[in-house]
Amino acid sequence: MQTYDLEADGLRGLNSSLQAQNAETNQTRWEIVNPKGSHAIAVGLDAPIEVTVKGSTGYYCAGMNQQATIKVEGSVGPGVAENMMSGQVVVDGDASQYAGATGHGGLLVIKGNASSRCGISMKGIDIVVHGNIGHMSAFMAQDGNLVVCGDAGDALGDSLYEARLFVRGSVKSLGADCIEKDMRPEHLDILRDLLARAGSDAKPEEFKRYGSARQLYNFDVDNAAAY
Amino acid sequence: MCGIVGLFLKDQSLAPQLGNMLTDMLITMTDRGPDSAGIAIYGAESAGKTKITVQSPNPDTDFVGLADELGKKLGATVGQTSNDTHTVLEVPAGQFEAARAALAEIRPSVRIMSRGESLEIYKEVGLPKDVADRFNLNGMSGTHGIGHTRMATESAVTTMGAHPFNTGPDQCLVHNGSLSNHNSLRRKLRREGVVIQTENDTEVGAAYLTWKMMNGATLGEALETSIDDLDGFFTFVVGTKDGFGVVRDPIACKPAVMAETDQYVAFGSEYRALVNLPGIEDARVWEPEPSTVYFWSHNDSPTTHEKAA
Repeated sequence: MQTYDLEADGLRGLNSSLQAQNAETNQTRWEIVNPKGSHAIAVGLDAPIEVTVKGSTGYYCAGMNQQATIKVEGSVGPGVAENMMSGQVVVDGDASQYAGATGHGGLLVIKGNASSRCGISMKGIDIVVHGNIGHMSAFMAQDGNLVVCGDAGDALGDSLYEARLFVRGSVKSLGADCIEKDMRPEHLDILRDLLARAGSDAKPEEFKRYGSARQLYNFDVDNAAAY
Repeated sequence: MCGIVGLFLKDQSLAPQLGNMLTDMLITMTDRGPDSAGIAIYGAESAGKTKITVQSPNPDTDFVGLADELGKKLGATVGQTSNDTHTVLEVPAGQFEAARAALAEIRPSVRIMSRGESLEIYKEVGLPKDVADRFNLNGMSGTHGIGHTRMATESAVTTMGAHPFNTGPDQCLVHNGSLSNHNSLRRKLRREGVVIQTENDTEVGAAYLTWKMMNGATLGEALETSIDDLDGFFTFVVGTKDGFGVVRDPIACKPAVMAETDQYVAFGSEYRALVNLPGIEDARVWEPEPSTVYFWSHNDSPTTHEKAA
């Protein structure tokens, strides 16, 4: 286990050490102490290592992650796991706005609540939020799954392309072109797998599925007057 | 981008350390606002007096004999405590308007930063650390306070463009964001007789609240209507004699974090600003919801301002 004191040794040293790891490394477990809300902790990793952050972080924690498993024992600021490609990011507390934005792959688990714009423009990432999410979540989402065990805020899935949204609680309002859809067996299978991997005991049958009505894909001349 | 910090003490044994804690929070927010900085602090009040905090670019000449000259004009004894470019004048309660008129006559270059029974506002251009040092902010005590670090986007970097803004007796406002309808609103408010001194967007936000309250709204009501009437991005933190409040616009893209323990309620633009507060590890930490007015008060029986919020 490698222990890194962020307050004493600085952010650049941390990220360059973590980014220098590769598939053959024997330094597979890292612990970061004294994060104290700092920004850009453990970004740009590309190795199958495990990183634990002992406390809360600021902006852009675990951004652009590939392969690594990053656990935050606290809350995270805006943009956690932004543009994640693969691997796993687990947040014990809450996440601020645009968690998992533009993510292409991997799994982001938020055990508390996520605020506005969770999963905005997601492109294949899986996001599981144990609590609630804020307004404009999954805006222009293109691929992947967003699972919300609590409630969703206003304008869920506005201008959605093809991501699947699963919400167990209430949805304050749906965004443009986002509709409720049937839950088919294959969706229950996806949900069951994601909930198990995210450590949630919620039942897949308790969720509703939302997705794109696909009415914004093509220009409709009848809507010309609206422009 | 700007930085906001706020601290409201529930445990008054921390009052002597208020300035020290707020200064640490303020300096941590330097990255968000290196242009200018300011602090509104609610400290001791003297019975029957109104405190007027004034600023001058020429304190060495303007502040000399100011209390005596103002006292003669008002026919009363005026107290004066100078602190770098600011000085706090204590005039008899009810004499603020007379004092404002007299100051314009005897010291035309002096600008009024705040008025109230306990509120004092100190703000200047420069790095937050330098501003804190020149006023010895870390030595100040009080029941609650609000600080701001500015990165200007809408108007010039000047003392008068720095935050906090005084909105009424013992009331102040700080802002992170930008208002897009401030020009039309400024014209409207000026027609209504509200004094607005700069081209700054936040001053219009402050003047809007003042105007609503002049017309009978409580602070809570004024904050509620601000969500509809102000166009743009804002996280506002407001201070009153008894408490402080927070409101964010419906988009809520400007960051905000709050923490509450048995000893205090704290606000920071980022969690970083809160990390050195006592007991923060066990505090309840959360992000305030959009379009929601939050208020904390020292009064067990809230005033009408707080009721409405």
